[in-house]
Amino acid sequence: MTRVRSFLSQPLVKWGLAGILVAFLAIVPMLAIDIPGVFPGPTYTPGTLQLLAFSMLIASLALSYHLIFGVAGLLSFGHALYFAIGAYGLGITLRHFGLELLPAIVVTFVAGLFVAAAVGALSLRVTGISFAMVTLAFAQAGSVLVRKNPGKLTGGDEGLALDTTHVPDFFIGVLQTKNLYWLCLGVLVLVFLVTSWFERSRAGHVVAATRENELRVRVIGIRPYFVKLLTFVIGGVLATLVGMAYLLLQSSATQKLVSADFTLTLLVIVVLGGVGYRWGAVIGGIVYTFLDQRLTAFASSDAVSGLPDILRVPLSQPLFILGTLFILVVLFLPGGIAGVGARLSRSRMRADEPRTVLEELT
Amino acid sequence: MSTVILLLITGLGLGALYFLVASGLSLIYGLMGVLNFAHGSFLTLGAFAGWELARRTGADNWLSFVASVLLGAVVGAVFAALTELLLIRRLYERHIEQVLVTVGLALSSVALFDGIWGTDPVYVSGPSWMGGTTDVFGASIPNNRFVLILAAVLVLLGIVLFLKYTRFGLIIRAGVENRSMVTALGIDVRRAFTVVFAIGGAAAGIGGVLAASYYGYVSSSIGGSLLIFAFIVTVIGGLGSLSGAAIAAALVAVLQQFANFYLGGTGDFVVVLLLAVVLLVRPSGLLGSKA
Amino acid sequence: MSDPILSVRGLSARIAGQQVVEDVTFDVPATGVTALLGRNGVGKTSTIKGVLGLIERRGEVTFRAGGSAVRLDRLRTHRIVQLGIGYVPEDREVFSKLTVAENLRLAERSSDPRREFVAELFPDLVARSNQLAGTLSGGQQQMLSLGRALINTNTLLLVDEPTKGLAPIIVSEVAAALAEAAKTVPVLLVEQNLQVVRQLATDSIVIEGGRVVHTGPAAQLLDDEDMIRRFLGVHGETTGAGATA
Ligand SMILES: Nc1ncnc2c1ncn2[C@@H]1O[C@H](COP(=O)(O)OP(=O)(O)OP(=O)(O)O)[C@@H](O)[C@H]1O
Ligand SMILES: [Mg+2]
Repeated sequence: MTRVRSFLSQPLVKWGLAGILVAFLAIVPMLAIDIPGVFPGPTYTPGTLQLLAFSMLIASLALSYHLIFGVAGLLSFGHALYFAIGAYGLGITLRHFGLELLPAIVVTFVAGLFVAAAVGALSLRVTGISFAMVTLAFAQAGSVLVRKNPGKLTGGDEGLALDTTHVPDFFIGVLQTKNLYWLCLGVLVLVFLVTSWFERSRAGHVVAATRENELRVRVIGIRPYFVKLLTFVIGGVLATLVGMAYLLLQSSATQKLVSADFTLTLLVIVVLGGVGYRWGAVIGGIVYTFLDQRLTAFASSDAVSGLPDILRVPLSQPLFILGTLFILVVLFLPGGIAGVGARLSRSRMRADEPRTVLEELT
Repeated sequence: MSTVILLLITGLGLGALYFLVASGLSLIYGLMGVLNFAHGSFLTLGAFAGWELARRTGADNWLSFVASVLLGAVVGAVFAALTELLLIRRLYERHIEQVLVTVGLALSSVALFDGIWGTDPVYVSGPSWMGGTTDVFGASIPNNRFVLILAAVLVLLGIVLFLKYTRFGLIIRAGVENRSMVTALGIDVRRAFTVVFAIGGAAAGIGGVLAASYYGYVSSSIGGSLLIFAFIVTVIGGLGSLSGAAIAAALVAVLQQFANFYLGGTGDFVVVLLLAVVLLVRPSGLLGSKA
Repeated sequence: MSDPILSVRGLSARIAGQQVVEDVTFDVPATGVTALLGRNGVGKTSTIKGVLGLIERRGEVTFRAGGSAVRLDRLRTHRIVQLGIGYVPEDREVFSKLTVAENLRLAERSSDPRREFVAELFPDLVARSNQLAGTLSGGQQQMLSLGRALINTNTLLLVDEPTKGLAPIIVSEVAAALAEAAKTVPVLLVEQNLQVVRQLATDSIVIEGGRVVHTGPAAQLLDDEDMIRRFLGVHGETTGAGATA
């Protein structure tokens, strides 16, 4: 048993297993796996592919938030803003600027980069709760902007539909869902790789050390501000990237994407998965999406509607169940899902201990 | 001129609402270091409770209105005290987890309100005088603004007197400054935590009933949308400072009204801008002592 | 010798995840003033805070009062203090936005506070009863901090550097007040000023590197220049003054 464990924790084996997993996920659209109660139909059907793709995007987004909250320890309440910039940015550049897909992506990416850098530079001048508030306030400004619908750009309450004129055919229509699925899988892999690379980089180590003990990092002559800003910006542009894929997959952006509730949902996902664990963010995102989806189906099912009011009312609200579940995890399962997994397998996938990192630096 | 007066008084009315939420937030943060995301839910539940009472007792009389405000206060206080006792207390001194628990409570309670009262707003009416207007120097001011301002002033006064003249008040003031020294004097500061939650919940509950009459409806999202502005007010005023919260509430709301009217509906932006400026120039807020 | 009032066995304490006290063992006798000594930063303050549960701690801390033994390491701070332990923190920690009277009133634990006793010791405080504590001078703040502890009838006093940063005349005033209090209650005193230690202390404990390296009668330690240099270092006038006094 211990031999299996040490075998599994070798880096080469870990990456090998991850590769096999990705390869498997890549051929899922050709397979007919059906898990009743979890999938709406066999895996080759557009409905199931759509749901899987969606869950991978939420997982990617959670990963980008993991960088900011889990690695850098920055409690941002405005992460939804960068995701929304991706979705709305791409939507607007395609519809109103009439750009081709690729240039539109580049423009949106730069916009995300710019906003993340500007907001990060400002809000990182304060720390702790004040930081949380400033990020929340900026996201709120974004939300107001979307709602106000300046120059009829964002579509206001109606939302913004994807203009498909300049989108290649293989991304359009229900029959092409598997292409979108592959796109989303690609986004997840990319975000995961960038996140792992960053956590292993020198900057990643420094920012993790800053989270544990800012003073000690200052003492060895590094200004934490810049590494924090770098982390914030990388997390932000990754979210923008995911937002663009979201627009292609869902064909529309709605103002719910900019809402404070959406950022809170991300927080819930990362905590549910396990703060500080990369795999936790991924699993949290996927579990959350499926729970949300399945609980919604469950809420409107006959099993629930037949219950007496005292049970029916709470059970018919997916968010009530998720919120309660979240509270229970915070109270009783501090490491979230990944924390339980790690305790069971003892193979630690967390960022290196900050102490050893500091020794490396000095 | 009459426009300026209208904007000013309406702004103060809105500021009163902000204050009713922010006062509790600020006290709770000041004493316990907890940013309470569930505070909006205290307000919403208070609003629904008030509405349930008002519609059963005939909304159009003062007795029923006053009773529903009081019920809102009691319901808010009980909800808040239970939150502290059952959730926050278990996570003593673990501030991030405490914030997370309040986030979870905010999400699940709003969903529960949706389940009970539906997602559509329910329209409320109060005593007919509240729906009328009064002429002040040529401006017709909706009467409910005066009620709001009066209520906020009474709540402010009540909290100030409580803090000044009771032993709990003494403990709270000392705890805001240095919590661990309070325990080192042999005082169980956690009992004061429950008390501040209850006070904050009561103020929010009153705010809920009054918000319903200000907006003319109750919905499950009423607390959440006020909460964001109350957060901003709390930070601008200085976390933990009650008078800071009062000043900032009036400032923010009046500014918001003027910007909405004279700068083409940019009130929310101006508020966010103000927050950014205050945090950059004076990170501890107007009257805050610690960042 | 009678049982010690406080027994500390293998106490370790952490601040922000960092070990600041390691496996400290010592006794505080049931009478007299015990001086807790050591160079700057060795963990004297942390030891006291560990005893009070103000920081994360491990190990056995037993308090013997009125014939019964209580394990302090299992109690929360307010319960420990309620057993009759008065605390005067380093840097005074008065509540600056409360008045002098409010600071004292907050500290009162019984229905029968010793207001006259405190008023006699520190007449200055009576005159300034409605002044905000934050506007008091350093010396006055120290007296208020002492007053907060002495207003209750305690069975043990923990006093952390009561003369730190005070003018010589105030130092002797504080020392006199402590001497008065020590007539009726045992004191664990952290003190850098060796003259004050000589004046008050009956016993001594020396900490180094987070551990106890010496215990014994205070006079014996103070008369041994070699030990003083070794344990308390060559830091400045206070040591010199104390050793030659
Ligand atoms: N908040 C903190 N974070 C990290 N280290 C701390 C903290 N507080 C104290 N320490 C460290 O703990 C050690 C012991 O501190 P402590 O205050 O107990 O020393 P002391 O003996 O009372 O010193 P002094 O004579 O200067 O008062 C010191 O090395 C100090 O740097
Ligand atoms: Mg000290």
